Amino acid sequence: MRILSLAGRRLAASVPTLFLILIGVFLLLQLAPGDTVDALMAQMGGGDAATAEALRKFYGLDLSVPAQLGNYLWHLVRLDLGFSSIYGKPVATVILERLPPTILLMTASLSFAFFFGLVFGVIASRGVNRWPDTLISTLGLIFYATPSFWFGLMAIVVFSVYLQWLPPGGFEDIGTVQTGIWRVLDIAAHLVLPTLTLGLIFLAIYLRIMRASMLEVLNLDFVRTARAKGLDETHVITRHVLRNALLPMVTLIGLQAGTMLGGSVVVESVFSLPGLGRLAYESVVQRDLNTLLGIVFVSALLVISVNFVVDLLYARLDPRIAAEG
Amino acid sequence: MDAVKRYFRSPAAVIGLILLLLVIAMAISAGLLYPRDPLALAGRPLIWPFSNPRFLLGTDNSGRDIAAQIFYGARISLLIGGVATVIAILIGILVGAFAGYYGGWVDNVLMRITEAFQTLPNFVLLLVLVAVFGSTLTTVTIAVGVVSWPAPARLTRAEFLSLRNREFVQAGKTLGMKDVQLILGEILPNALPPVIVYASVVMAVAILLESALAFLRLSDPNVASWGNLIGLGRDVLRVQWYVSAIPGIAILVTVLAVSLVGQGLNDALNPRLKSR
Repeated sequence: MRILSLAGRRLAASVPTLFLILIGVFLLLQLAPGDTVDALMAQMGGGDAATAEALRKFYGLDLSVPAQLGNYLWHLVRLDLGFSSIYGKPVATVILERLPPTILLMTASLSFAFFFGLVFGVIASRGVNRWPDTLISTLGLIFYATPSFWFGLMAIVVFSVYLQWLPPGGFEDIGTVQTGIWRVLDIAAHLVLPTLTLGLIFLAIYLRIMRASMLEVLNLDFVRTARAKGLDETHVITRHVLRNALLPMVTLIGLQAGTMLGGSVVVESVFSLPGLGRLAYESVVQRDLNTLLGIVFVSALLVISVNFVVDLLYARLDPRIAAEG
Repeated sequence: MDAVKRYFRSPAAVIGLILLLLVIAMAISAGLLYPRDPLALAGRPLIWPFSNPRFLLGTDNSGRDIAAQIFYGARISLLIGGVATVIAILIGILVGAFAGYYGGWVDNVLMRITEAFQTLPNFVLLLVLVAVFGSTLTTVTIAVGVVSWPAPARLTRAEFLSLRNREFVQAGKTLGMKDVQLILGEILPNALPPVIVYASVVMAVAILLESALAFLRLSDPNVASWGNLIGLGRDVLRVQWYVSAIPGIAILVTVLAVSLVGQGLNDALNPRLKSR
């Protein structure tokens, strides 16, 4: 219960942050050239000034900026994100349709990066300054410096064009209608390359942190005690060191959630995945500012929820945190 | 001097420095080696690398020299990376110094704003900024700087928090020094080294951010940038994959060089941490 109240307090503290973001971006978007009505008129193929006037009145764009902001926030409280003139649907509907691929991609990439970061970090720390460590650390440095979109393109060339093992893009095969397990497998095959592409840079970060964290914990007194008790090395690592070394890794998940969401914008564009990131890109290109603001809101919400989960996990891994709260 | 000696003792740091100097040399010599506009048509489109001595790295979809674009692209990447880093570090130091020195409500307000910037994915904010202010070289550089300041701000704040109650600061206060004098003249020089080292991380990320933006065709299309070229090569990826491959390697090498130099500096300046 203590854990929940502690994490809950952190969650409550992020509400003002959320409003700060929304108000800031709302005011920022007021400076953008053209508004919803301009985009709409362009789509209709032009129109006279009277129509534009009427439309502005209809969307409440003739009000003062503070009044518009108040309107927006009031609608937002009722989970109404406004209307997207480009897609002809409420923004909330557009975003909800695009959310599943992004969440799937982020979860898969995070698991990939976390798992292999952990494994490689442990291997590197066990053979510190010998060849496994040197090899893993060098690979980590190179992965960190690799632009994700470039890696994605090269992966398409190798695995889709030459080897033809994996599809070059899309979320699922639209040529054939599949159901059940075949559909799941199909989507999984489509997500292999995007997951690797998005996860690569995080793999590099995780393995570096895991290595440093392992080396630090390995020098602590309780590890010496465990060894002195006569525990074998595997036991010492899995039962004593790993749990403590995991703490910085978990912290990192929360810190990197936003970066990962940002990275999915690029990766989804490379692999033409119909996700939130590509929606963000499309709404910039099409000047669909209402949708863009909605995406800002939803992505901030996502980052906040990831951090909430991380807080819970953290307290579970380290009981001292809950006790202090 | 010890730090310099320590820096050159690490092979990784030396390799990083050599690579970085190489990229800088490319940026400087671009005008000499390729006096013509790198975005002007130079020959037949899609010549493979090493097949025509006139175009060592081949030509892109519209017949522009890839080698020339790589050399000029080094200028753009270093320029955007460098200036954006300076902007981010300056904002970060300003915010972090005030928050850490004054504490109380100033700290509260500034940290709330920092938190807001950190909660919003930086690439999404970058998209918003580009949507609002357009994508010229100047706006993109400033935008990359503006999304990158929160981490340096937190670092500066932490340094200030640990330094503000030291004896030398209290001595300065007793002498009647003004706050500005204390912040700029006394605390900042002591807080600066870790922030400067961190600048290498900011610069590496800034170069990657700009190249991603350029790849999406949301950066300045009128300059020869590596990201632009990768985006262009995407149209001919299936066969002429080299158009995208070559500039990607340039980005990789540059970012790698910047991070290696940063790490080398860090190890050289904090020798006690090195043993880990």
